[in-house]
Amino acid sequence: MSGVETVPMWLSIPIALFVIVGSTLTLIGAWGFLRLSSFYDRLHAPTLATSWGTGGVALASALLASWVQDRPIVHELVICFAVTATVPVTLMLLARASLHRDRMENAAHVPPELLLTRPRPEKPSEVAPSSSEK
Amino acid sequence: MIGRLLPHPLLVLVLAGMWMVLTRFSLGNLLLGMGIAIFAGWAMHALQPERVPMRSLRVMPRLVGTLFVDIIRSNVMVARLLLTEGRGRRTSAFLLIPVKLRSPTGLAVLAIILTATPGTAWVEYVSETGTLVLHVFHGAESAHYLHVVNNVYGPMLQEIFE
Amino acid sequence: MSHTILLWSLTYAQLALALAACLAGIRIVRGPRAQDRVLALDTLYIAVMLLFLVTGMRLGSIFLFEAAMVIAVMGFVASIALAKFLFRGEVIE
Repeated sequence: MSGVETVPMWLSIPIALFVIVGSTLTLIGAWGFLRLSSFYDRLHAPTLATSWGTGGVALASALLASWVQDRPIVHELVICFAVTATVPVTLMLLARASLHRDRMENAAHVPPELLLTRPRPEKPSEVAPSSSEK
Repeated sequence: MIGRLLPHPLLVLVLAGMWMVLTRFSLGNLLLGMGIAIFAGWAMHALQPERVPMRSLRVMPRLVGTLFVDIIRSNVMVARLLLTEGRGRRTSAFLLIPVKLRSPTGLAVLAIILTATPGTAWVEYVSETGTLVLHVFHGAESAHYLHVVNNVYGPMLQEIFE
Repeated sequence: MSHTILLWSLTYAQLALALAACLAGIRIVRGPRAQDRVLALDTLYIAVMLLFLVTGMRLGSIFLFEAAMVIAVMGFVASIALAKFLFRGEVIE
């Protein structure tokens, strides 16, 4: 309980607001994640948690830390950056992996034109070097 | 010589600075942080030898500002859709968007921007045709996303990286 | 008074984030496919990391922030590795 008691009213209201907004958005995201029916729909739910869910909680934490002044607020910034910059990479890779697996199985829930857009090996001159790995 | 020893001077400086701020300021920490940062610079050099060209940084603040507003807006939209969830009214869709942006770094930044914004997810980029495959949560807003990719973020990233 | 507001909001946040982690956990069990489970693991990571942050605010302990940072970084590496595996390997479901 170090320092939480000393926070004045004008500061505790924004801190409380940011914490509540951040955690509520994360909860909504997780709730939607459980309820949505297809994988590609579910892909959108965690972005609520990674954008303003994390942002809100980190901002509140930074505000509190800057009042209590027992440590610099760098941790929040690093966490915020790590989450908002790296989770999209994960989501993107997962989406591509999922599409790849759907193509292998000719899944019915993916539009047919997407099943055809895979790079075709009969045009080797057009294939970019990065896609030639197998 | 200095180029061989420190292939990415900016990265090394930023990393060492971050190390100092995250730990306590002392000589030992400075040496350790510098060592790790220089090592990370070599690792980066081994991973990606060519430099990323940055033509102009003038549009950077505008890009960050647009992204900030966009993220708030789409947060509200997706949260509302998830809560109300008009089962019949919301359908998601795959969008095929031809993009003019060709630089790999620009495309990577575009991918992070689009995926970080709730409501859109990057699925694939077909490099032969320059077609981008997006999955959008709210299919009725397809025209809006088409506009955002082609007329807002696309030109800004082209100005920065091409 | 301000102390009460903070404590209540932090308690609410802890409950909400714990519930979010539980929902993600249910999705891990339910699947149905491997990519759903990886995505659920990622969501679980984020919820737990935010829970650490909120608990750290409440207790004023710096170690919880360090732990949250480590979780954020490790979660990224783990999810990337799993996604890569879905690309290459044959996953037995």
